Formats: sequence, structure tokens, C-alpha cells
Amino acid sequence: MSVHPVNKAVSYAGQALGYTAFCAALAYFSTSPTYQHLPPDGALVKLSLQHAGQRKEPCRERTPEELAKLAPNMRVATVCGRERVPVAVEIELDGRSLVSAVVPPSGLSRDGSSTLYRRANVTAGSHKVIAKLKDAPTGDFNYIKEITVDLKPGAILLLDFDAKAGGWVFRT
Amino acid sequence: MMSADPSATGERGAAARVRTLARRVFDRIDGAFDPAFGARANPWRLLGALSWFLFWVVCVTGIYVYAAFDTSAAGAYPSVERITAGAWPLSGLARSLHRYASDAFVVTMLLHLVREWTHRRYAHVHRFAWLTGVALIFFVYAAGIGGFWLVWDRLAQFSVVATTEWFDALPIFAEPLARNFDSDAKISDRLFSLFIFLHIGIPLATLAVMWIHVQRLQRPATTLPRPLAWGTLASLSIASLVKPIVSDAPASMGVEPTSLALDWFYLAPHAIQYWLSPQALWGITAAATAALLALPYLSRAARTPHPRAAVVELSNCNGCKRCVADCPYNAIEMIRRTDGRPHPLQANVDADLCAGCGICAGACPSSTPFRSVGDLVTGIDLPQKPIGAARDTLERELARIGVSGRADAAPGAPRVLVVGCDEAIDVVSLRNPDTAALTLLCAAQLPPSFVEYALRIGADGVLVTGCREGDCVYRLGQDWVEERFDARRKPGLRAAVPRSRVRVVWAGRGDRERLDRAIASFRDELASLPPERRAKLVPPKRESASRAVLP
Repeated sequence: MSVHPVNKAVSYAGQALGYTAFCAALAYFSTSPTYQHLPPDGALVKLSLQHAGQRKEPCRERTPEELAKLAPNMRVATVCGRERVPVAVEIELDGRSLVSAVVPPSGLSRDGSSTLYRRANVTAGSHKVIAKLKDAPTGDFNYIKEITVDLKPGAILLLDFDAKAGGWVFRT
Repeated sequence: MMSADPSATGERGAAARVRTLARRVFDRIDGAFDPAFGARANPWRLLGALSWFLFWVVCVTGIYVYAAFDTSAAGAYPSVERITAGAWPLSGLARSLHRYASDAFVVTMLLHLVREWTHRRYAHVHRFAWLTGVALIFFVYAAGIGGFWLVWDRLAQFSVVATTEWFDALPIFAEPLARNFDSDAKISDRLFSLFIFLHIGIPLATLAVMWIHVQRLQRPATTLPRPLAWGTLASLSIASLVKPIVSDAPASMGVEPTSLALDWFYLAPHAIQYWLSPQALWGITAAATAALLALPYLSRAARTPHPRAAVVELSNCNGCKRCVADCPYNAIEMIRRTDGRPHPLQANVDADLCAGCGICAGACPSSTPFRSVGDLVTGIDLPQKPIGAARDTLERELARIGVSGRADAAPGAPRVLVVGCDEAIDVVSLRNPDTAALTLLCAAQLPPSFVEYALRIGADGVLVTGCREGDCVYRLGQDWVEERFDARRKPGLRAAVPRSRVRVVWAGRGDRERLDRAIASFRDELASLPPERRAKLVPPKRESASRAVLP
């Protein structure tokens, strides 16, 4: 059955309208509306550390009697417990607490590293940051670092920890 | 089985009202698009097929773009810039097409999900497709989000950090994944190899799940009508030319993006994560997934009794396989003969997969009403509406309108048999002194020989109706009716049957006026036929003496 030319034209116009509406919606929402991830004057402090706390119990030397009871190939003089202490972390920004966490060691025997990842939105500008870490079974924080940074909008202050490098590592 | 009316299904509550409202919206949209696209090429009825088409567009453009892509960490961004600028002929167009087709894929996939929900296609025979479809959502998002990372611009940086921070909210990783992205020094070529592996591997897995998704369907709709395919491709290409996709600034792990031109189709979950929290996004994802997975088991539709399955009557089954070819849900298979008759195979019905549509009975050659048996028993039949009962009803109805001696109608007024289905307009309500009615489970339960039978008994015309065009509740009923009536499919309507006396009108429950007009028009045409073309066909010969209604 032949279709009347007018009906055909209306049909094509309707199709064009449908395609246009669909593609316009696609094109718009593929990039719009703009997502404001941080305020225009915002910056980010990111804490990302992986560090193994000290052993929960100190290593000790075996006595000669203990060594004698062991097979010759097992006679290691120093014996250490596996479990490590949790790592305590505190970050202060301009005098207020930003992060305060006690991170347990990983692993079924709690002998792995403690890892911590946090992010905090801050305003751009000058900030005084104090980072503290305690990885010993007793005592107070044994790694403390303090800096004053000037964060530009969108800047990331990364707080990492590397015991071999002396402790806290701040990167911007 | 799949009525949209809550009162008809016994559904109550807010969910049922929302579903009914959504169904009405879809019906309205269908109706609005039908005149422009045609019911059989209406994109709203072909959302699954449209998704398949878009997937292939994404694949082809992706392969083309990949050929010019530098897979190193340092080279990825510059190579995408070159691609955008036209490193290869039309490579910029291909990149934009790749992105827009991916976005469109998400849209059609989610609309497909909602549409199937509004049509209550998630329980019983639909359960498998529903569950695999839910799984597909995750594959599509994983494949799509990974694609953004390859560009390695600020959007990629934002997305990869957001994704890793989301996973880090689960207490399953010894080391936070996000630590791998806290400085530029950690972005290595090996990492990019992983990205590429993911962006090729996950789409391949997606294709595998898409294939599984349609496994329990006969003739799944995985290809588009050509005009719709070309129209979709052309419109996406125009969008790509008008608003080409471009990269953001290169990624720099030391600088957090403040504002982003987000692709909301794929990356909206990242924004939700930062508006709420990663844990909240996990909660939303888990709750939505649980709800979708529970629907086939806990919803009212799931708790309604499974439709009674087709039953094979071996003494009338010759193993012809027509029921297997026509079953919309692949519920029938041929197995080795068990009754010792000289046919190698017999039909066997998997009751769990059977939708109870009766299409198999319409395909069975033993369903012909001309058979000289008192009680018509066919090779495969539906206990709730057997073919034999349909023949009895047909004969009773034609007797009522006087094809074998009627006195209460105007002489010469065409006498019409209207055949309908339980899922559309109730044709019994159309009965009058000139109109006989026969209702079946699906229009395709009607063996074409019934049409000839009615004309031979004395009906002037036979009009077959069912669901709205393109909306068959049992997927393929309309296709099979039309192909059988055109003698393109067995069992076909015999050439001896004058097509001028047969009419097919697809009309949904809301199309009563249109059906009335179609019947009136059909009557007028029948009345205008020359007497010799309106003459009775040779009446059927039947041995049974009990069928006094026969002429």
C-alpha cells in the first residue's frame, strides 16, 4: 500500500524530531551540567600512608638451654613475636583535628602494615599542618612534623610516611 | 498473564500504582512515536535491539580508535589528542561516535529495564533474562567507566580516584587502591596495560552476558530494522560533528580537579559518592541490586501461579518440529521417541519455561479443524484453552449468528468471525447478531486452517486481532500470524482462501474505537465484494454425526 507523500513527509519530520531530541539530550548530559568537585577556592589534604608498627613484644635472645632443645637447623638466637602494634595517626590543621585514627595492622596474625587513606577538603591559602604518628607499643607520638603550606586552589597536600626517609613526607 | 491493570492482577500498593502509571507513560510514548517510525520500527519497542546495535557501533569505533592509541602512560593523552584532531581519517568522528553510542547504550539499557518492569516481564519465563539483564548493568558500567581512564585527562584522573576510593570503602583490601594514584610517579605503563586489558576484556565479557541474556528467547530482537539503524547512526554522527567530544586538561595527580564536564550517564555515581559518601553509594547500589534481583522471586507477579504449561499428546505428534520453531521462549525441545511410533522424534515441553501462550498449538499440523474426529485433540495443546474447545466455540458462535440458518439479521449483512486474544480487547464484548467471537490465549494460537474452516462453514469474513502492533505479550504472536497468513511460515493459510475475506487488525486494550472502525470498514468491504467472491467455499466434510451445526 502506498503512503501519501504528505503523510510520509510528516513521518520523516516526526522521526527527525525524535532523533534530534534524543541526540540533544545525549550531547548535553555527556558534558553538562558542570560538576563542581571542589569549591573554586578549595584545596585538598590527602593522607595516604602505609607503615608497619613496631612489634608488640620486643625480640629476645634465646637461652642456651632453649637453643639446645631445638633442631640444629632451627637454632636462631633471636626470637620475635609476629604481632605488631596499631599505628596511631593525628593530623591537625590550623589547630583543629583533621584526622585522628588508630589503624590496626593487616593480616590474620596482625603482622602486616597499617594503611590509612583519608581525604579532606580545605580552603586554599596558608595552613599550618601538624602530623603525628606513633608506631611504638608505649610512649607518645614518636614522629611529629609541622609545616606551614600555601595551598593554591585545587592543590593537593599529600601526607605520606616513609620511616626510612625519616618519617613524614609532605608533598604538594 | 501480563495485564497492566492493577485491578485485573490483584495488585495493590504504591509500587503497583507507580508501575501502572509508568506503563501508561510508555503506552503514550509508544502511541506518539508509532505514526513517525511505524509500530514495528518504534525505538521504544526495540530498546533491547537498539542496545545491541549501539554496542556494535561502540565496538567498531573503539577498534578504529584503538589502532591510533598509544598504550603508554606518557603517550596516552597526546595520542587521544591526535585522534581527536584526525590522526586517521575520521578518527575524531569515531572518538565522538564511540562516546555518544556508549552514552546512548546506557540510556537504552536502563529504559529497557524500566519498560520490562512496567510490562511485568521479570517473573516466571522472564526470570532468566531479567537476572542476566541486571548483571549486564554492572558489566556495561565497568566497561564504560574504564574507557574514560584511557584518555588520562582530568576527567580520567577524577574517575579513577573516585572508583578506587569507592572500592576502598570496602574492608577487603590490605592496602588502599587509591594509594596507587596519589602521585604521578606511580602512573606507569604497566598500569595502562591493565587499563587496556580491562577496557577490552570487560566489553568482551559484556558481549558474552548479552548473548546469554537472550538465550532463552526464540528469534531474539538483536537487530534493528534498517531505517532505524541508519537513522540512529546518522543522528549520532551528526551529534558527533556538531558537538565533538574533546579531552579535558592532562591528568596531574598533584592537582585535584575543581570543576568537571562530567559524563552524567556513566560518571554520575562518582558525584553521588562525593555528595554523600562512598558507603552511601555502596548502600544505594546494594539496595537497588537486591530489589532488582528479588523482583522475580518476591513480587506479586512472581507469586501468581505459573501459567499452565503446554502438554504433548503423543498419539497426535509426528515430530514435525513446528512447535519448537514457533515457541517464543524455547520451552520445547525434540527428544527421541518414547512411544514406539514410526517417527524418530517427539516434542517435549519444559514446564518451567512455558509461558502458556498456545502458539505451539497454533503451529501444530494436527490442530486442523477439518480432521474427521469427534473431539479434536492435537499434538501439543494448552489444558486451559484447548484447540478442540476452540473449534467447538467457533462452530457454536457461527451457528449463533446463523451461518447455518439465521433469521434475525438483515439479509445479506456480512457475518464476521472476530478472533482475539486474552491479552487484548475482549472480543466477546463485540458479539452481536452478525459478529461471532472466538478468544484464544494468543492470536497465534489460531491455526490458519481455522480461518478457512470458518469461511467454509459460511462466515463472510474472519478478522483476527490481538495486542497493539509490535506489543505482543508473547513476543512473536503477531509475526507468526502474519507470516502464516502470508504463507511464509508453516502452517500457512492456503492459497484457496480469498485474502479479501481475511483481515488482521492489531489493537491494544485502549484501541477499542479503532477496532470498531476496522470491523465496520471490513464489513463494508465484504458487503461490496461481488457475489461470486463472497460465495461460500465448499463446506467441510466431517464424519462426526454429533456436529449438527455444520452446514
